[in-house]
Amino acid sequence: MDGRALDELRPIEAKAGIIKNADGSAYFRIGKTVAYAAVYGPRELHPKFLQDPKTGILRCYYNMMPFSGIGDRVRPGGSRRSKEISMVIQKALKPVLELEDYPNATVDVFIELPQTDAGSRCAAICAAAIALADAGISMKDMVSAIAVGKVDDKIVADLNYDEEAYEDGPVADIPVAVLHNTKEITLLQMDGEISKDELLQALELAKKASDKIAKIQFAALKDKYKVNADQR
Amino acid sequence: MYKELRKYIVSLLEKGKRNDGRTLDQYRDPVTVQYAISETAEGSAQVQIGDTVVMAGVKLSIEKPFPDTPDQGGIAVNVELYPLSNPEYEPGPPGIEAVELARVVDRGIRESKAIDMKKLCIEKGEKAWTVGIDIVTINDAGNLFDACSLAALAALKNTVFPKYEDGELNYKEKTKKKLQLGKEPVSVTVYKINKSYIVDPNMDESRVYDARLSVASTADGLLSALQKGGESALTAEDINIMVDMAVEKANFLREKL
Repeated sequence: MDGRALDELRPIEAKAGIIKNADGSAYFRIGKTVAYAAVYGPRELHPKFLQDPKTGILRCYYNMMPFSGIGDRVRPGGSRRSKEISMVIQKALKPVLELEDYPNATVDVFIELPQTDAGSRCAAICAAAIALADAGISMKDMVSAIAVGKVDDKIVADLNYDEEAYEDGPVADIPVAVLHNTKEITLLQMDGEISKDELLQALELAKKASDKIAKIQFAALKDKYKVNADQR
Repeated sequence: MYKELRKYIVSLLEKGKRNDGRTLDQYRDPVTVQYAISETAEGSAQVQIGDTVVMAGVKLSIEKPFPDTPDQGGIAVNVELYPLSNPEYEPGPPGIEAVELARVVDRGIRESKAIDMKKLCIEKGEKAWTVGIDIVTINDAGNLFDACSLAALAALKNTVFPKYEDGELNYKEKTKKKLQLGKEPVSVTVYKINKSYIVDPNMDESRVYDARLSVASTADGLLSALQKGGESALTAEDINIMVDMAVEKANFLREKL
């Protein structure tokens, strides 16, 4: 709808290490959707009875800034939507983390979005994955996420808001998180109408798209350390 | 809790020095204002003072005016201290720290009459614009008072009205009509530590101060809001010195807009 090819992603920009206080942090922009992520931890988990001597835990918090939506102000303080998204983000990231390395500890990921135009949970996952790597948390793989789907009769990648809200034909919006090496899927949601064959096509498209995103995530991490090397 | 830190900072201040090498009335570098950092807001800005980074966004909405001011719009200021910005912050509803910040910023803008509330009225008693200012912290390295106040003002300066026609509000179409600001109230908080006065405290200094005074002032030197904080009392002489310092530094910050 915005002149892109069906499999073409919106412009992506990623940076690592943008929040000084955090142990790891990242900025991830795809089109007009922007996510900031900060990782604090591994740090001691309170209250103590939540601690697990066998493994650390991962906690994720997704939040839209009050001015981040076109239209009405987003009331601060968490909604059912943000709670669910926080939960699926946690599930998308946890499989790659080696949390057994951090007994009794928590790794906290805070994600804030200053502006959104669809695909915000995927942008959040991409930012969070870079921030976790930046924090030096042991990771088996990179996680990249993208929304794929169907608009009218076309299978497309990276739906924007207008495409999600398309009303003159069937639409399916499928956020997917893909692990870079194994191509396993750790986030899969869908709303809309789609056949099984089309779903499988869409997942193939998601794998290809996630490859492109992973390259940008890796580049952001390398870039941070390049800058540090220059300063020395 | 910070006895040794306080002793060290006081001993430096007595020699006119600070633990990061600044003079007493010097802001950290850089002090920058970046406009239009969120396309979904009607106006927005990011302010950086040293390592402290905050964002402010303005959302305009149409509401029914309050019965006692039927011909006026309104403003609402909210501050969120994000756990993303400081390891000590936790998720949850705003605590007293965030509420005080928001109210000090609110009063600085409201009482200076920077925004003409009557111009926000669309239909008397029925419809008026409400200016919602949300300020959020990205990296908290001290002096949120000045950073939040400056970010709010910058976001207001960046604000344009969305299209409103025949009773329909269309957020997707922005008009060329800017939010008019009659004045530019800038708030500076001066901190007293032992016998010294400083501006723009870093994290260490924020932990050991005795009293603080936030002073919002406009370019003509008029004061529009005050807030005294901290555990210790201030004398009239203290206040005299602190207000002078705040007005002078407000002019420095105003130049960054």
